[in-house]
Amino acid sequence: MATGTLPTATEILEPSPTALLRRRVFGHAGLIIGTVVLVIIMLMALLAPWISPHDPYDQVLDRKLIPPIWFDSPKVTTEHLLGTDQLGRDYLSRLFWGARISLLIGFSAMLISGLIGTAIGVVAGYFGGRVDMIANFIITTRLSMPVVLVAIAVVSLVGSSLTVVIWVLGLLIWDRFAVVMRSATMQVRSLDFVTAAEATGCSTARIVLTEILPNIMNHLIVVATIEMAHAILLEAALSFLGLGVQPPEPSWGLMVSEAKGMMFFDGWLIAIPGAALFLLVLSINLMGDGVRDVTAPDGRN
Amino acid sequence: MFTYLLRRLGVAVLVALTVSLITFSMIYLSGDPAVALAGEAATEEDIESIRTYYGYDRPILVQYGDWLFKALQGDFGQSHYLKQPVALVIFERLPTTMMLGLCALVFALVLSIPLGVLAAIRPNSLIDRTALTIAVIGQAMPSFWFALTLMLWFGIVWRLLPITGSDSWANFVMPSIALGYYITPAAMRLTRAGMLEVLSADYIRTARAKGLRSVTVLFKHALRNAILPVISLAAVQFGFMLGGSIVIETIFAINGLGFLAWESIQRADLPMMQAIVLVLSVFYILLTLLADMLNAWLDPRIRVA
Repeated sequence: MATGTLPTATEILEPSPTALLRRRVFGHAGLIIGTVVLVIIMLMALLAPWISPHDPYDQVLDRKLIPPIWFDSPKVTTEHLLGTDQLGRDYLSRLFWGARISLLIGFSAMLISGLIGTAIGVVAGYFGGRVDMIANFIITTRLSMPVVLVAIAVVSLVGSSLTVVIWVLGLLIWDRFAVVMRSATMQVRSLDFVTAAEATGCSTARIVLTEILPNIMNHLIVVATIEMAHAILLEAALSFLGLGVQPPEPSWGLMVSEAKGMMFFDGWLIAIPGAALFLLVLSINLMGDGVRDVTAPDGRN
Repeated sequence: MFTYLLRRLGVAVLVALTVSLITFSMIYLSGDPAVALAGEAATEEDIESIRTYYGYDRPILVQYGDWLFKALQGDFGQSHYLKQPVALVIFERLPTTMMLGLCALVFALVLSIPLGVLAAIRPNSLIDRTALTIAVIGQAMPSFWFALTLMLWFGIVWRLLPITGSDSWANFVMPSIALGYYITPAAMRLTRAGMLEVLSADYIRTARAKGLRSVTVLFKHALRNAILPVISLAAVQFGFMLGGSIVIETIFAINGLGFLAWESIQRADLPMMQAIVLVLSVFYILLTLLADMLNAWLDPRIRVA
């Protein structure tokens, strides 16, 4: 047959939910920009061993402090597109490898804190009463301890390494997960389909996993992006203070810290890793805001 | 009201006790504190004598009880490095950090409240969009990087402000901006959301209908109600800022509690670190308690429920 059946009027008037979602996603500039930038940085991190022009640890002492190529200086060379640092290490390569550290720490710390916070929040919101009181107490206690200070103290006592930083941050920043998941669970819990599931005799575990969790997923994703950005900024601050990732690892925070002494003569040394951090955190935040806007009910932007 | 007050106070005390227990057990994170203090070249006897001297040989609960009892009386022991009472050093440094925190808070509120109000008056206008963009950008900037950038431009290139120290008011300008900008986005969004909600309320329509000037409606009727959540946010954020000032104080070499914390960590000065964490935590607990009480006093719905 040359022509199929024509779509009915209702099919034309009512786009499918998927089509609506697609339209919203592609109409949201922040979400698109954030995702594109984040994907670029993730590619940088994943492909670092193959796209780095030099070894990020290689020190060439007669090639110290070459400025990036857009500078007007006789030292500039195309071999070092972003120049070299105070030890003659290629800045572009260090930037690529540094993306790995930021993303690894941000993602792992977010995962750990997400598990802890979601567990506390969902349990508190679902059971309410005494359980909720205890959960609230735990959250309040955690909130009253200054994150940066406790993280620095613990890292300095345990000894700093990548794993230690991930665990310390993961164990510290679950508070927002818990607070948001708690109130989201409370809202969903009072809805009819949960009561229906209870009436048909579903186990608590099943109700939480199949009825509640899918319906608070959008909140979870938004908090996850916020906390991932938070963890990345905290790692950078810890490394900047000398209590996070240790030299010679190319952490962006550490790169700013190492270049601090030279920033008055070579400002680009702190501008480049700082801008990289800024872009990474900005892209994650834009994505989070985008997901929140796109999944929000109509008219609530 | 009284029951609410009492319950809230009880929770605060319990939280403070739990925090003190966590803070105390921090010294056991590195394993044996006596070994850590003695250093690498110490003999078995040295370690033993340090253990008895500082009382690390007693049961942990006894140590905790003793530490807490003394801490309640304001005695946090001797600093291992400065050989001075910890409490004395902390109370010498505390005013500087408070000053910095207050300046940062004032900066943040002076910037965010007018921006939030302007954004709410004309939603989706150019001002609104600009304000939101500033908020998004502000939230993504690493504080230490922002601080260094400020230092570079205002201190070195334009030579407007001193770059380090804490002797005059000019020393506090850059650190306050660097510390305060981080809470500006949150405060701005909250003011905007609060204003948007209040402006669509019936009593605002009534006020407009009876012909009040729009400035009066805006500031006397709307802002007063929209500002409440911003005040409790400010109280909470003030506590966070004191904890976060370690980065800013280290960069600008401001002789406050944060800088002291960083120095103590470098010197492995355990009693000092414990005391700083505890003091800042208790301060935060007091601040939130105060904010809750203020809210309960202003909003009867909270204290009755």
